[in-house]
Amino acid sequence: MQLVIAEHDNKTLKPATLHIVSAARELGNDIHILVAGSECHAVAEQAAKIQGISKVIYVDAPAYKHALAENLAALIHSFAASYTHLLAPANTFGKNIMPRVAALLDVAQLSDVLEIISVDTFVRPLYAGNALATIQSTDSIKVITVRSTAFKIAETGEKVAAIEKIDKNFDLQLSEFVAQEFSVSKRPDLTVARRVISGGRALQSAENFKLLEPLADCLGAAIGASRAAVDAGYVPNDYQVGQTGKIVAPELYIAIGISGAIQHIAGMKASKVIVAINKDPDAPIFKIANYGLVGDLFKIIPELTEELKKVI
Amino acid sequence: MKALVAVKQVIDAYAKIRVKSDHSGVETDNIKMAINPFDEIAIEEAVRQKEKGIIQEIIAVSIGKAGSQDVLRTALALGADRAILVEAEQRFEPINIAKILKVIVEREEPKIVLLGKQSIDGDNNQTGQMLAALLGWSQGTFVSALEILSDKAKVTREIDGGLETLFVKLPTVITTDLRLNQPRYATLPNIMKAKQKSLSVVPLTELALSLQQHIKIEKVTPPSERQAGMTVNSVAELVQKLKEEGVI
Repeated sequence: MQLVIAEHDNKTLKPATLHIVSAARELGNDIHILVAGSECHAVAEQAAKIQGISKVIYVDAPAYKHALAENLAALIHSFAASYTHLLAPANTFGKNIMPRVAALLDVAQLSDVLEIISVDTFVRPLYAGNALATIQSTDSIKVITVRSTAFKIAETGEKVAAIEKIDKNFDLQLSEFVAQEFSVSKRPDLTVARRVISGGRALQSAENFKLLEPLADCLGAAIGASRAAVDAGYVPNDYQVGQTGKIVAPELYIAIGISGAIQHIAGMKASKVIVAINKDPDAPIFKIANYGLVGDLFKIIPELTEELKKVI
Repeated sequence: MKALVAVKQVIDAYAKIRVKSDHSGVETDNIKMAINPFDEIAIEEAVRQKEKGIIQEIIAVSIGKAGSQDVLRTALALGADRAILVEAEQRFEPINIAKILKVIVEREEPKIVLLGKQSIDGDNNQTGQMLAALLGWSQGTFVSALEILSDKAKVTREIDGGLETLFVKLPTVITTDLRLNQPRYATLPNIMKAKQKSLSVVPLTELALSLQQHIKIEKVTPPSERQAGMTVNSVAELVQKLKEEGVI
């Protein structure tokens, strides 16, 4: 039996959860989903409509309102004995909680699972995806975080699973929520964006980096950067795509003025279509790009923006 | 206040990763090794907190072969006061690393443990959370700002799409993210001074732990190689190709 940990904000179920249900369905067909939060009955109802779920376990208490790791891990631990697999998305929600659950159970945790080979064997990335490990877990309970983009989204529909409300209050009072602040950028988050435009050191300044904005706006793309651009101070650290930055896998990745250091390529090579724009025809980025355009990026960026405006 | 900082030796972030031909792992012979970049940020943070007068002593700890002394010397050069190497030949899974660290924490009794949110080899992102669970402590993960108060710490966490601020009760485990700070370079005088600082080596067997293997690595393979595509000659041609690909 599998237990999927739902990610939500007490109002809406996060789409990542639907991908995790698809992964769980490769492991078995008696799947429960845990909705733990505060005044989050609406989320339990949304979860009940996911096809392939046999039961929603709904726990409602103020202690779970902000998904504090200490409380949520204790709660999940209390349910764990009934399951063979506990699954959550491999994002900051799941990665915060699941290792804690695994340690409470004295089992290993499998991070960022990309592929399910069998009920105990999985594929996960090492070295930012520069190597893939096939690993077998010998634990009776497998605690897994799943790379959501590697699994399709589960359907929601007519069939509605039963919602079982359970009262359990693990209020450990080890941590306390203060505030949350979401970036108000109208652009999508780098790690979930379908299109990404990244700039490198060839942009030469923070001012010039802004040239990417109209291009990103017209594509609805997120903006990223190479480490060289970050180190040069053109953009903040959180723009960095690469082994020590963010790992992205959009449908379209446009690298502008990026030479293609190993460090950077590790963070974006799983993208579906890669476009490289660079004035140096020998830049390593061209070796992994589907489409390369050699030329002066200060001429190409505005031209590309105009051309795209015509077709989008 | 005493701080413990866990550091790991990993393949340098700029080295090329090659999978061994027998698929047992990746090549580490004759490859440049370095301190895990996220752990370097953890050391830097401890040093900054010491400079503010909040932390009095910084103990760096690593688990691994004798060669891991190198990263401990780096930590000492960056400002750690003393170092401990738990010497072990084999590599351990995060759950076992957490168990080893727990013993060191119980011996040293720090009020705060800092470590990188993940190491850039296994990319597991587990050890800090597991250590906190085993100790029954609070955790502050993926931290980009840290303010240590008398009985708690205020942490800003990097979460998907934004930031979250929490109070975590002391003692606590903090895992560090990229934006927390920009680590300094070790100066030559500090590198020389680090050689005089205490680095004690504790054989793993001395800790009397029974560690069980939970995961078997069946094989390690390289990802499928991307083939170089084509060169387009104009912006118009590029846009045409992207339309054909269905990505715009």
